[in-house]
Amino acid sequence: MSGEVSATATVPAPGQDPAAWMRRRGGRTRLALVAMAGVLIVSVLLSVGIGAVAISPAEALSILAGQAGLAPWTDHTRVQETVLLSLRLPRAVLGILVGGALAVAGAAMQGLFRNPLADPGLVGVSTGAALAAAVVIVLGGALPLGLAGVGRDLLLPLAAFGGGLATTWLVYRIASHDGRTEVATLLLAGIALNAVAGAAIGVLVFVSDDQALRDLNFWLLGSLGGVTWDRLLIAAPLMLAPALAALVLARPLNALLFGETEAVHMGFDVERTKRLVVVLAALAVGSSVALTGVIGFVGLVVPHLVRMTIGPDHRVLLPASLMLGASLLLLADLLARTLVLPAELPIGILTSVIGGPFFLWLLLRRRGLGLW
Amino acid sequence: MLAGSDLTVIRRGRRLLDGVTLAVPGASLTALIGPNGAGKSTLLHVLSGALTPEAGQVRFLDRPLGDWPRADLARRRAVLPQSSTLSFPFRALDVVLMGRSAHAGRSSHDHDLAVAVAALTAVDALALAERIYPTLSGGERQRVQLARVMAQIWTDDDGEGQGRTPRVLLLDEPTNNLDLLHQHQLMRFARHLADQGVGVLAVLHDPNLAALYADRMVVLADGRMVADGPVDAVMTEAVIARVFGLPVTVQRHPTRGTPHLVPV
Repeated sequence: MSGEVSATATVPAPGQDPAAWMRRRGGRTRLALVAMAGVLIVSVLLSVGIGAVAISPAEALSILAGQAGLAPWTDHTRVQETVLLSLRLPRAVLGILVGGALAVAGAAMQGLFRNPLADPGLVGVSTGAALAAAVVIVLGGALPLGLAGVGRDLLLPLAAFGGGLATTWLVYRIASHDGRTEVATLLLAGIALNAVAGAAIGVLVFVSDDQALRDLNFWLLGSLGGVTWDRLLIAAPLMLAPALAALVLARPLNALLFGETEAVHMGFDVERTKRLVVVLAALAVGSSVALTGVIGFVGLVVPHLVRMTIGPDHRVLLPASLMLGASLLLLADLLARTLVLPAELPIGILTSVIGGPFFLWLLLRRRGLGLW
Repeated sequence: MLAGSDLTVIRRGRRLLDGVTLAVPGASLTALIGPNGAGKSTLLHVLSGALTPEAGQVRFLDRPLGDWPRADLARRRAVLPQSSTLSFPFRALDVVLMGRSAHAGRSSHDHDLAVAVAALTAVDALALAERIYPTLSGGERQRVQLARVMAQIWTDDDGEGQGRTPRVLLLDEPTNNLDLLHQHQLMRFARHLADQGVGVLAVLHDPNLAALYADRMVVLADGRMVADGPVDAVMTEAVIARVFGLPVTVQRHPTRGTPHLVPV
């Protein structure tokens, strides 16, 4: 790019050659996507490598090769192998899935609400999902209609999905009017729903026994710990499918940013898009919450970083958010489990500590620029 | 081409539209005028298909709007909104390219880009192509939006954007926020499209501006059609005084001979 400019010696005036400009921008976008993929790979290697038992990238790859039936080329220990395969790797996969799902759900919801502040946590969706999950945890044994017999590993994600769906729908109905979404109403509705769901969770804490209390605690603070391949297998499709399905909604989401009427005029089925976004976001957030509890601000911070670096086009924003969200959550989890050794910091606390000030900074920036 | 018959819209017990019948023929520029709250925008929304009337029906090329596949309709009918709120930092060129959405799969990216550039050029906004849309002034945004809706119904019959495909363009107060030069530039462009076969319906506030470019004038008041006909027949002292409650005298434009209202 800089080579072109210096070769012609004169910088073209703005608007002179939009085609060349588009090409340059396309090149930059591809570069940024490749860089993000690189960051994700590095994050995975760091995430599986760092801890009480250190595993170098070469050893990690060698162990995986050994699992695939190839000859391993490093002399790693059995302990390293066990730690990688049954602790670090499922945890890293969970981090990728949850981070990617939360970030894509955040980006899609921001498109739906035409507002960049619509984070699943802020508008109450995560809390709604957590409430439904808490009901299952505390009252699980006493559920009617034979639901108690259904495996908890399946029931938990389903309940969280239902809770997420109900709150997303409710928030949308409250905040959207005549095709416009009031940001103040949106955030206030989120505050109200968070308060109500929080109170209900408080009641559940109050009535729960010791075991349920321990389980609940894990929820409210969020953690990637304690995941097994079995639980991952059930929840993975529930997170991956909506995140990937959301990618095809990029064009209608772009159009929706102009307003619902304008999107209809441009030839999009707006009602269908809205329903799909609500269901997909609830599914992604609900199943994430079911496995890891409430991890806030990922859906807010990640799409913002992408918009600032690559731009707001959902065709790039959604896949880039998927990769960056996965990377950031892996790195946050790495911090969470290494900062206060031998204890482990709940990751939800960590993302809130980073995300809260970021959110405030956004508000202040918005005041100055009137622009996202 | 686009025809609404007996359209009635009721909101909170008020009849915003009351049995309005209006056809937008091809190759014409119809100006829709009337006082605030007369139902002009409502009528435009109903004709565009964004609003379903309580009674009456809108047909495009003798086919009810609801029967049209969305993308097929979007390639033949575009709507310029009164104002467009967009708080994400898209570039003006991205905004115009979004108008090509309904052409996805039928048109190459290069062709879409060529159309977008041609549309921006037509509205004198090519210099804005790389600017961030939310940072543009109201008038600049309006021109970029006009380029977007033009790109949407741009026909592939030939490079000039004209052709035999029946097309309709609905403009909701398009001259809002525009300075004097760009008001006339926009209207001249709308006139040009009409001459090329597009059926144009424009909600306008300034009857004098409308008279310069429109070949037909429709007056709406209290949700009812008050007058419909050639500009000369509609822009009379009696009609304007009755509808707007403003006593006027009608003069002639010194060079074009079109009617020109002067308040007395």
